[in-house]
Amino acid sequence: MASPVQHDTAAHAEHHPRLQHHFFSMDQQLEASILGMWVFLVTEVMFFGGLFMAYILYRYWYPDAWAAASNHLNVQMGAINTVVLICSSLTMVLAVRSAQVGSWIGQIVNLILTIMFGTTFLVVKYFEYAEKFEHHLVPGPHFAPTTDHIHAAHAVVGNPEQLFFSLYFIMTGIHAAHMVVGIALMSIILVMAWKKRFGPSYYGPIEVSGLYWHFVDIVWIFLFPLLYLLGAHLTTGAH
Amino acid sequence: MSDSHTQHIITSTGTYVAVFVGLIILTGLTYVAAINDFGALNTPIALGIAGLKASLVVLIFMGVRYNTPLTKVVVISGFFWLLIMFGLTMGDYMSRSWLGVPGR
Repeated sequence: MASPVQHDTAAHAEHHPRLQHHFFSMDQQLEASILGMWVFLVTEVMFFGGLFMAYILYRYWYPDAWAAASNHLNVQMGAINTVVLICSSLTMVLAVRSAQVGSWIGQIVNLILTIMFGTTFLVVKYFEYAEKFEHHLVPGPHFAPTTDHIHAAHAVVGNPEQLFFSLYFIMTGIHAAHMVVGIALMSIILVMAWKKRFGPSYYGPIEVSGLYWHFVDIVWIFLFPLLYLLGAHLTTGAH
Repeated sequence: MSDSHTQHIITSTGTYVAVFVGLIILTGLTYVAAINDFGALNTPIALGIAGLKASLVVLIFMGVRYNTPLTKVVVISGFFWLLIMFGLTMGDYMSRSWLGVPGR
C-alpha cells in the first residue's frame, strides 16, 4: 500500500486547479464528462424518437394528407434555418477549438456568433409560426388549409392534415425550446470563457455544451426533409 | 503533460470548414432531390442524405471518432434503441391486417 500513497501525494502536488477530487487526471475528467453528456443525449434521442415514431406511423396511415399538408410549410424559411444551424455548428466547433489552442478572442467571437445564429433561427421560427396562424394552419376549430388545388377533402374535424400540423408544432416547438436552452447554456459558457476559465488543459464545459448544441442541429437535419420537403415534388409537378 | 493517456487530438480548422461546406452542399442536394419525384425512393433518398449529414456532425463536429470505445458504444446504442422502437412498432402496425379477425 506504499505506492498508491506515494502516487497520491505526487498527483496532489501537480494538481490542476480545475481537477475534481474524484478524478485521477484531467483526461479522465474530460472523458467522464463527454460520456455523461452522451448518456443524456441518448435519452434525448429517445425523447425526440417518440415524436418521430408518431410521425412515421401517421404518415404510413395518411400518406396523401401528409404530402399535402407538408406543402403548406415555407421551404425557404426551413432552408434558411437549416443553413443558419449549420453555420452555428461551425462556429461552435471553432469555439471549442479556440479553447483547445488557448485563443481567448477566438472563444469569445465564436461563442457570440453561435448565440447570434441560434437567435436568428428563433426569429425566423417566429415569423414562420405567425404565418401559420394567419393561414389558419394551427390545429383547432379554426383549422382550414386552403390547398384546393392539391387536396379537396379538408377543413373538417379529424382531418389528418391537422395531425400533421399538430406534430409539426410539437416537434419544431420542442426543438425551438431546445434552442432556447442552448442559447442560455452558451451565454453561461460565454461568461466563463470571458473570465478566461478555458484553455488547452481545461475545456470540458465548452466541449460538452457543444455536444448538446450539435445534437439540436442534428434533430433539425432530420426535421427539415421530413416536415418541409415531403411534398415538394408535388408543388413543382402541379405547376 | 507527460500522460500516457490518449492525448486529445485537435482537429484542424480546415477539416471543420470542409465538413461545413459538405453539410451545405448536402442541404442543397436534399432540396434538389425533394423537388424531383423518384417515387418510392423519395424518402430513402431524403433520409440517406440526412443520415450522412448527421454522421458528419456526430463523427467530426462532435468528435466521436476520437472518443473512448465506451462513449462510442453509448452513442451507437442510442441510435440502435431508436431503430428497435421504430422496427417493432411498425412491425406491429403493418402486420395487423394480416389476420382477418375483428378487434385486431
